[in-house]
Amino acid sequence: MTPAAETHTISLIVNGERVTRAVAARMHLVDFLREQLDLTGSHLGCEHGVCGACTVQVDGIAVRGCLMLAVQADGATVVTIEGLTDSGVLADVQEAFLQRNALQCGFCTPGMLTTIAELLTVDPDPSRDTIRDAISGNYCRCTGYHAIVDAVQNVVVARRTKEAAE
Amino acid sequence: MKAPVFAYAKPASLAEVFDCLDGGEGVRLLAGGQSLIPSLNMRLSAPTVLVDINHVSALRGISEAGGVVRIGAMTRHHELATSALIASLLPLIAKAVPHIAHQAIRNRGTIGGSLALADPSTELPACCLALDATIIAANRKGERRIAARDFFLGIYETALAPDDILIAVEFPLPGEDAICGFDELARRHGDYAIVGLAAQGVRKGQTWSSLKLTFFGAGDRPLLAEAAAQAVVFGKGIGAAQAALEDALSPSDDGECSAKTKMHLARVLLGRVVETMESGT
Repeated sequence: MTPAAETHTISLIVNGERVTRAVAARMHLVDFLREQLDLTGSHLGCEHGVCGACTVQVDGIAVRGCLMLAVQADGATVVTIEGLTDSGVLADVQEAFLQRNALQCGFCTPGMLTTIAELLTVDPDPSRDTIRDAISGNYCRCTGYHAIVDAVQNVVVARRTKEAAE
Repeated sequence: MKAPVFAYAKPASLAEVFDCLDGGEGVRLLAGGQSLIPSLNMRLSAPTVLVDINHVSALRGISEAGGVVRIGAMTRHHELATSALIASLLPLIAKAVPHIAHQAIRNRGTIGGSLALADPSTELPACCLALDATIIAANRKGERRIAARDFFLGIYETALAPDDILIAVEFPLPGEDAICGFDELARRHGDYAIVGLAAQGVRKGQTWSSLKLTFFGAGDRPLLAEAAAQAVVFGKGIGAAQAALEDALSPSDDGECSAKTKMHLARVLLGRVVETMESGT
């Protein structure tokens, strides 16, 4: 078989559902999610790992969807912004984004939220500097970042208050 | 852009990797992919076969035995950053890793990939030099041990042969009274360093007994600034050490800044890092 015709069958769990598809070796994960599974929440920006718009969770950690091949996700568990939204884990962050105008065009938002989801898992009480550091790999051309940092801080305070009340 | 067409292989053992490497020119190993896949997407690289070594378990893990810390090639930056062993035994690595790109990149990128790529402006090659690391390469005929100072030959150029795979790096334990320092200057956090410095030394009380200063982004490979380190060790003052950098480093002009600016920034970094080390913070 010539490389051009070479496809690989992959089987993985995407947002809780088992999917099996044939993919070309050269197809990266985000193209697979968008084009074969119609999960268009993951955005494709720079395609070389700089902008962060394609950030998705693979086996529980945030990765650049454009810097991983779809064929490498064989056997993995992938969660996109659609899955994070459905599970409700980010509901308060998404609400805070709305309240603080932490998005305008929305292109960076799915990657931004996926990055923040990971941050809040490893550090439930991040400082402003820690938040800035965490989102430093996600470009936003609309907000100037302050509103995003504000939104995350609001969530951190609200979660802490809620925990104390329980 | 989209990557060119290539074939894909997923070996599960080193023996299978060696089989793949027999494929001749055009075979490339895919480690974390955080530099290789961008170069594919930009069509700067066109391998015929991509050999994905992410499933070779022999290449993973961090262990300590006999005064040596061994880090498997496929150990990810994120694992280095969160390893208690690294934090206590090789604090220089722990200090350097947060400077590598961003979290999502560190979650995939590997130490072996970083060393084999040998980008002269990256952190871990410089740490290997400062820590006197030994890089272990293997091919079908056996293993070879290469001192870090003999490993980096130029921009993206190493002592690895085409049929070699980098399998691990070994670091001698820094020992008693060891101290380290690390810093880099970049326009934005996570960018490639304009210039950076990894320093490892031994200092008891107010007295230095040894020091290694390795600059990165200041030449075609990580560079040891030996005369500058001697100036610090013999207490000649930071000015003398900074002056000694002129002969040790060979930065070049690029889109970001001139060679002259980089030399200036290297002197600034040296002052900062040595001061931090001497003040014990």
